[in-house]
Amino acid sequence: MSSQSHNGNHYYVPNPVAYPVIMSAGLLTLATGFIFNINNFAAGKQMMMVGALVIIAMIFKWMGAVISECQNGLYKKWEDKSFRVGMIVFICSEVAFFAAFFGALFFMRVISIPELASYDPQFTMYKDFTDAWPSAGPGGVVLGKEYVAAKFSPMAAWGLPAINTFLLLTSGATVTWAHWGLMKNNRKQLVIGLFLTVALGIAFLLCQAAEYHEAYTEMGLTLGAGAYGASFFMLTGFHGFHVMLGTLMLIVILFRSMKGHFDADHHFGFEGVAWYWHFVDVVWLGLFVFVYWL
Amino acid sequence: MSYTTTANHDEHHDHPTGIMRWLTTTNHKDIGTMYLTFSLIMFLVGGAMILAVRAELFQPGLQLMQPEFYNQLIGVHALVMIFAALMPAATGFANWMLPLQIGAPDMALPRLNNWGFWLLPPAAILLTLPFTLAMFGIGDGAIATGWTFYAPLSIQGGMGVDFAIFSVHLLGISSVLGSINVIVTILNMRTPGMTLMKMPMFAWSWLVTAFLLIATIPVLAGAVTMLLTDRHFGTHFFDAAGGGDPILFQHLFWFFGHPEVYIVLLPIWGFMPQILQTFSRKPMYGYKAQVISLWAIGALALVVWAHHFFTVGMPVPALLYFMYSTMAISLPLAVLFFCWIATIWKGSLSFETPMLFAIGWIVLFGIGGLTGLVLADVAADAQYHHSYFVVAHFHYTLFAGGMMGVMAGVYYWLPKMTGHMFSERLGKLHFWLTAISFNLTFIPQFFLGLAGMPRRIPDYALQFAEFNAISTVAAFVLGLSQLIFVYNIVSCVRGGKKATDRVWEGAEGLEWTLPSPPPYHSFTEQPIVK
Ligand code: HEM
Ligand SMILES: [Cu+2]
Repeated sequence: MSSQSHNGNHYYVPNPVAYPVIMSAGLLTLATGFIFNINNFAAGKQMMMVGALVIIAMIFKWMGAVISECQNGLYKKWEDKSFRVGMIVFICSEVAFFAAFFGALFFMRVISIPELASYDPQFTMYKDFTDAWPSAGPGGVVLGKEYVAAKFSPMAAWGLPAINTFLLLTSGATVTWAHWGLMKNNRKQLVIGLFLTVALGIAFLLCQAAEYHEAYTEMGLTLGAGAYGASFFMLTGFHGFHVMLGTLMLIVILFRSMKGHFDADHHFGFEGVAWYWHFVDVVWLGLFVFVYWL
Repeated sequence: MSYTTTANHDEHHDHPTGIMRWLTTTNHKDIGTMYLTFSLIMFLVGGAMILAVRAELFQPGLQLMQPEFYNQLIGVHALVMIFAALMPAATGFANWMLPLQIGAPDMALPRLNNWGFWLLPPAAILLTLPFTLAMFGIGDGAIATGWTFYAPLSIQGGMGVDFAIFSVHLLGISSVLGSINVIVTILNMRTPGMTLMKMPMFAWSWLVTAFLLIATIPVLAGAVTMLLTDRHFGTHFFDAAGGGDPILFQHLFWFFGHPEVYIVLLPIWGFMPQILQTFSRKPMYGYKAQVISLWAIGALALVVWAHHFFTVGMPVPALLYFMYSTMAISLPLAVLFFCWIATIWKGSLSFETPMLFAIGWIVLFGIGGLTGLVLADVAADAQYHHSYFVVAHFHYTLFAGGMMGVMAGVYYWLPKMTGHMFSERLGKLHFWLTAISFNLTFIPQFFLGLAGMPRRIPDYALQFAEFNAISTVAAFVLGLSQLIFVYNIVSCVRGGKKATDRVWEGAEGLEWTLPSPPPYHSFTEQPIVK
């Protein structure tokens, strides 16, 4: 790992490392276990547990190694730029992932549901189906399975979701405020800002849990509630998952800040998480407008 | 950035040996070697599967297998060939050659690089495990939907579909990691003086490839996730009773699927002009035009996907749009063809094995592109869709345009990688056997398709018997010829005439300034490009 110093830059090439390959083995175990589990074969759950533990352990080790390399000053401007570009590209790929689900939502709303409702009543099995949104579809027998279109009430935008919008937007502001603190070398502002951001993230997740609970127990809105239920839960669910990941990363950053890591011109770890958080924020705005509101 | 730069962890070569070297390596050449080896192995695995299929098709009627198993073989064959043979080959070349070509100490993110490779074997295991499990009475075999996963067939399918879904997830993570690495390496690791417009074409083509991967692989991941929840968690994305639509799946799949065909070919379009210029001993023609065309194709590739299901019942304006946009791709593609041909025009050509493959590639891939234009015609496609004509078309693009391109690359760079020359005699034999048997395998399939033989069906009407018999015999010759390739590679790794640094007389570029094989850390000082 040591490097022979010429008068210029070195690019840091890490030593051989076993975390990635072990992590892949963990993923293989997790995936196989999951498949066994949903197909009702034995040992699925156990395999999932083992796989998940391996993955979590490897993330800890790997990120630990990255943090200690960072603290030992192995990353300089050149490496820093790699991380930045890499993070931007990664976020772009996340955008594409969400785009798939938004695309499915628009397709069902704009194309498939109007079309199902548009057929000549003489020639369709969906005679009474009208074009409306939200919709759980016309119902019917498909692939031998009977589906009675779910009766549900859609999630109103101006209750909990509006509060959640407020929480996330505020958290975007607090993380920026923390960043300003870092730039001014005001550690207190940095730590308080991050702490607030984490708290807001957790509050968001709690609200979302309450929302899901209400949807399932009182509103008849489930994953199985046709086009609306599927797109609602998949979009908000994946978003919530990303908020959870973001919150975990923020917690790491918070602890690192408390330990005195990062300074004004050396803080990719902080910025990467902040970017991710803003991305999650923007996705939420899309959700709020297209899933809840319109 | 200063002018003297080195790779870290230098002289004392503290990397482990034996199997641990490969499991833990962060070195771009080691990782590149693993990608290429994996690709070669999976090429043979996928080939064996399809030979079984061809054997079944030798005669009308069912002789060797049940239709269910036949369907599993064709689907897994395609997934293996595309995701586990072609794509890893391209990534392997990127790993090996990009840092050498742009004068970088290594890939930008070496640990992610290692992970990107080591996701592949688990993915391959997931894809093929259901075959084995079925032997022990667990599940009913691998995915039997073809590589396209169309709903509702994939919703009805057995556990093999779930395995394929997760396999695709792992492959997807691997591709995204690989793309991030390539983009960062190209943007951040170029040696001083190498401006973007001085980059080797291979770097440009991989940049476009990575862009397409980042834009489309996550959409595929989303699509198969919806499939998974439709299968097991009660959603109705692809189910009309719930307001969803099976055609939605086709849109999502082909939004990925069409760019995918360029993803596997673009890297080849990158190094092919380099091969052509080497053996023509003159600079490549139209560098700028090629760069622009690559990006034009990359952009167009994202907006033409529905030509894969013209017959599904789309509104006429949509049909027209997708027809014209698809045909528009052939314009930049034609520019590329023109540049390739102009590169060899009036050059002092010599026909070593890589050049043979390159020339053969231009001709055969050209046939692939032209038959694509035929398919892009909505009215004509009503006849050709889902027939053997399509199968022949995409094998001219994917086997000739893809695999034979990869072979050209392998022969071109193998002496650089191993430090030994391969046997020219065997290389030439391999080329001629491959080119001839390939055509004998697939030309009959054009006629079968025109005459109405549907694809993905294990049995066929009597009038198709002769062409199928020819195709099967030729396919076996094609398959067996690849053993020459394997033998040639293995013996070249083991030994052979010492390769010079430049290897080929006309070779230009930074990779040829290093010894063959290059030292473990390529550039101790970054070369300066003027
Ligand atoms: C200008 C060039 C091209 C045009 C206009 C074109 C057009 C088409 C069209 C319209 C189809 C759908 C046919 C049908 O299913 O009825 C098709 C299928 C296909 N093409 Fe092309 N193509 C071109 C080049 C390529 C290239 C370069 C590749 C690959 C590397 C490729 C790979 C494929 C594959 C794999 C399929 C079949 C997929 C499947 O159904 O399983 N094509 N092409
Ligand atoms: Cu296409």
